Amino acid sequence: MRIFLRCLGMYPRESVLAPFFKLLEACFDLCVPLVVAAIIDKGLGGQNHTLVWQLCGVLVLLAFVGLASAITAQYFSARAAVGSAARMRRELFAHMQSFTYAQTDRMGTSTMITRMTSDVNQLQTGVNITLRLLLRSPIIVFGAMIMAFTIDKKLALIFVAAIPLLALVVFGVMLGGIPLYRRVQSRLDRVTAITRENLSGVRPIRAFRKEEQQINAFSEANRKQTGLQNKAGMLTAVMNPVTYVIVNLAVILLVRKGALAVDGGRITQGEVVALVNYMGQILVELVKLATSIFTVTKAVACGNRIEAVLAMPTGMAVSPAPDGTPTPADHTPAVVFDNVSMTYEGGGEPSLQDISFTAHRGMTVGIIGGTGSGKSTLINLISRFYEATEGQVTVFGLPVACHDLPSLRARIGVVPQKAKLFKGTVRSNLCFGYENATDEELWAALEIAQAADFVRAKEGGLDAPVEQKGRNLSGGQKQRLTIARALVGSPEILILDDSASALDFATDARLRKALRELAGNPTVFIVSQRTSSIKAADLIIVLDEGVAVGMGTHDELLASCEVYREIHESQFKGGEA
Amino acid sequence: MNNKTKTATALSTMKKVLGYLKHYRLLFVLSLLLAVAVVGLTLYLPILMGKAIDLIVGPDQVNFTSLTPILIQSAVVICATALFQWVMNICNNRITFGVVRRLRHDAFTRIQSLPLSYLDKRPVGDTVSRVIADADQVTDGLLMGFSQFFTGILTILGTLCFMLTLNLPMTVWVVVATPLSLFVASFIARRTHSLFKKQSEIRAEQTSLVEEMIGSHKTVVAFAHEDEALRDFEEINGRLEETSRKAVFFSSLVNPSTRFVNNLVYAGVALIGALICLSPTVGMTLTVGGLSAFLTYAGQYTKPFNEISGVVTELQNAMACAARLFELIEADTEIPDAPDATVLSQVGGRVTLSDVAFSYTPDQELIRDLNLSLTSGQRVAIVGPTGCGKTTVINLLMRFYDVNEGSISVDGHDIRTVTRHSLRENYGMVLQETWLAAGTVRDNIAFGRPDATDEEVVAAAKAAHADGFIRRLPEGYNTVIGEDGGSLSQGQKQLLCIARLFLCLPPMLILDEATSSIDTRTELKIQNAFASLMKERTSFIVAHRLSTIREADVILVMKDGHVVEQGNHVALLEQGGFYATLYNSQFEA
Repeated sequence: MRIFLRCLGMYPRESVLAPFFKLLEACFDLCVPLVVAAIIDKGLGGQNHTLVWQLCGVLVLLAFVGLASAITAQYFSARAAVGSAARMRRELFAHMQSFTYAQTDRMGTSTMITRMTSDVNQLQTGVNITLRLLLRSPIIVFGAMIMAFTIDKKLALIFVAAIPLLALVVFGVMLGGIPLYRRVQSRLDRVTAITRENLSGVRPIRAFRKEEQQINAFSEANRKQTGLQNKAGMLTAVMNPVTYVIVNLAVILLVRKGALAVDGGRITQGEVVALVNYMGQILVELVKLATSIFTVTKAVACGNRIEAVLAMPTGMAVSPAPDGTPTPADHTPAVVFDNVSMTYEGGGEPSLQDISFTAHRGMTVGIIGGTGSGKSTLINLISRFYEATEGQVTVFGLPVACHDLPSLRARIGVVPQKAKLFKGTVRSNLCFGYENATDEELWAALEIAQAADFVRAKEGGLDAPVEQKGRNLSGGQKQRLTIARALVGSPEILILDDSASALDFATDARLRKALRELAGNPTVFIVSQRTSSIKAADLIIVLDEGVAVGMGTHDELLASCEVYREIHESQFKGGEA
Repeated sequence: MNNKTKTATALSTMKKVLGYLKHYRLLFVLSLLLAVAVVGLTLYLPILMGKAIDLIVGPDQVNFTSLTPILIQSAVVICATALFQWVMNICNNRITFGVVRRLRHDAFTRIQSLPLSYLDKRPVGDTVSRVIADADQVTDGLLMGFSQFFTGILTILGTLCFMLTLNLPMTVWVVVATPLSLFVASFIARRTHSLFKKQSEIRAEQTSLVEEMIGSHKTVVAFAHEDEALRDFEEINGRLEETSRKAVFFSSLVNPSTRFVNNLVYAGVALIGALICLSPTVGMTLTVGGLSAFLTYAGQYTKPFNEISGVVTELQNAMACAARLFELIEADTEIPDAPDATVLSQVGGRVTLSDVAFSYTPDQELIRDLNLSLTSGQRVAIVGPTGCGKTTVINLLMRFYDVNEGSISVDGHDIRTVTRHSLRENYGMVLQETWLAAGTVRDNIAFGRPDATDEEVVAAAKAAHADGFIRRLPEGYNTVIGEDGGSLSQGQKQLLCIARLFLCLPPMLILDEATSSIDTRTELKIQNAFASLMKERTSFIVAHRLSTIREADVILVMKDGHVVEQGNHVALLEQGGFYATLYNSQFEA
């Protein structure tokens, strides 16, 4: 709700003017029956031609000013709705950008995208409807009642009785329908899920001969959905007939009581017609009001979801450096883990347990282990993508929590497991972290990443286009570009997270050789499942279900570490193809 | 497509939809009759009201004796209208929901018997949207559209008749002036169309940027690219705001403009009517009640026009959806099993491929002259670079696709002469693309044998080395995993697929990169389990592990969809061909 009000608050002038002009339009609409009454009573009753012409002129005039007010109102309303939605999108985007990995994990990217797109769009519609319709309809309904009072107080009591009755039916049906239709939707989701499952799993389903069983499951879900739909339909089928009856019986009552009043000389024939007209207007507006409220409720719900996102605290706090921290010197180790443990949010078991090691500058550290052994978790702690739950990670002599994050990350080059490239050019992708890199730097990075040859061969070279997710590149090319991207800016720590898997053996070997000869002597972390990729490392950490079961060089580990030996043998006994 | 064939297709689509209606013939006829009654009665009411008003002239000039019966008559008309309308709504609901259920049921049943060649060619999302969204559109658009169209036309004609009985000049004015509101509406719609198109283009551009930057949020953060991303976003956002504002504003002019035209029509009717009342000419009189009834009609007359123009677009849309849906429902099914097809029971596992030729598309030849003869318990390894068509062979063995030429036989039976079910029953299959059903872990392992005991399920999981991680799941074997594996890792899903196989153990095995996502240490252990299985079973293995390949009785070497070499490890190495190159390249690094 707060977000919704904030959207209105962003455009205070528009949010006042739009309803104001709507109000004007409604007032003009409400005048019409009175004018018609005057035509009947004074024009026809008084046999006055001129007055008839004049009053019809007033009707035309009312139409014009009504149109003008409506257009003005729509203009302000569109400005406020679209403008606040645009601001909201920007705010959301900026906010999400500052999320931590843990927050991104918790929320999931598809949810984040939904918040940015369809939720904001719904919010925009809601604001627009609020400004345009939500205020107009009550004005007409109550305006009609007030007008009735100005005509005759006694007859107006029929309005007083009919309006709540109508409102009860209209809102009752709508509100009663919402949970029913929500259930219909969830049943339909089930039908959809079975359909999708059967298409994506067509081979296993046929291999296991489950066709009949699946048809039965589908029929069951389908039947249930239809049953519920009929039930919900019963409710909505009632609305129109019942409101029709209420309105028209009220009209009959008006005519009957009106006849008595006319007979007694309290009101005129034209005024009876006006009252009947007012009654007719109420129903249409009440239905509109109910639909608008429905839309606005949805928009408010979207607003609340957006609000929940915006309320999430972002970023990680940077703590001040502890007193007595020595100024980093050349011999300060690049990375130190001191009894580090890490448990993911909502994960029961810790993903890393009690890890301690020291990586000196220029060292190559290999990290090996099976799937889910905690390899990626370990390296994610170095750039402080996640926070260690216990223990201390120290980078360049300073606890990670004390580093300014952007500048820390600028000193660390990461090659992620999945090569993620962006729409643009080779250059825009390479300059992803360093906007101002020179061509020379880019080519140097490409050379090391073994990507220079294929980039050179591409039309446009550095300016060759890259499609979204790098779809126009092969797996190996993408991987080499992501390696080059990490190398741009000569990071002091280079992290390769299982990132040579798509390379053929020869390229991989050349890459490893080039990395060993890197200028600036960076500290290199290589994560791998294969012993061949890391056997030359100065330090190898063997992880098994989050625990470091071995640490040392290749030869030491072969001699001492059972898990390492098993991994090695599983890859070399039979050889690989 | 020219107009004639277009109409012909539309007609035949309509016919098919009507075919579904025949189950609801009575309800449909009833609904149409009720619609006629509802429209007639609704239009009759203003006349009654007009008569009533004419009886209320002024002080002491009210004719109560005539008024009461008219009001009673009105009350009866009102209640009857409401009742008919209610019954009509219920009829329409039954028809619509019933037809959509039948359409979906037929579509789903058809999917189960469609050839894989049809399903492989189409994205899953496309077919799903035919079964779900298109089916809804068809019923909403065609059935509801039809009933709205029908009532709309009836209302227009009815109103015209009633208006004519009241007064000719006023009717002429209404008939001439109302199209103006339609004209205004379509004028604005045409103008805003291009704005909406532009809006959706910019919106798509923005969504793709959001998908990229939020979807790869971790990379963006790792490279501290946030500011640049925000800058790009703001640029698009600014353009979107601009275009949206115009689109929203202009489109919101439709209602006020048509209302304006209607108000003008109303004023005109009031003027003409009042003037006629004042100076009745020969053969033309109008009472106050008549004028009031006429004003009601004038207000109602334009509404069905606006509705109908909406319905027409809806109808066209629904037609397109119906065509898409029927394309699925009427797609050619697989050739059904012959009535006299053999039912394979427990087979020995002799598999023979003779002169097999196959291609997915006629212009692109894939497999040719493939011959292979396996005795029971032999092992075939299929090797080759990614995307070389290894999976094709599996498609043929399982009869997901039929060979174009030649034949495949199992235990001497051509597989085209045996029932598909009995053939597939004899194969156990683990594919690289893991697939799990929504349900519990236990259900998934017992997928092929729902009657398996808990002990058997656990034993299978242990054999697949899946027991350990399953026990660590929140609810162990009863953990519900979402559609397509939900939060499980690729490796875990693969382990479950292997456990599923271990519970059934048919006489022949197909393993397509069955352990590709599992770490090598676990993989080695599973391989040992597989090895003992394969001893007595004919098996087809797509693999990258040389140990598996080397021990195979026959190696099929594939490249670009063709089988380029065939033989055992030693023979192929001696041959010095593609296999030898492939094998030796592993050791160069």
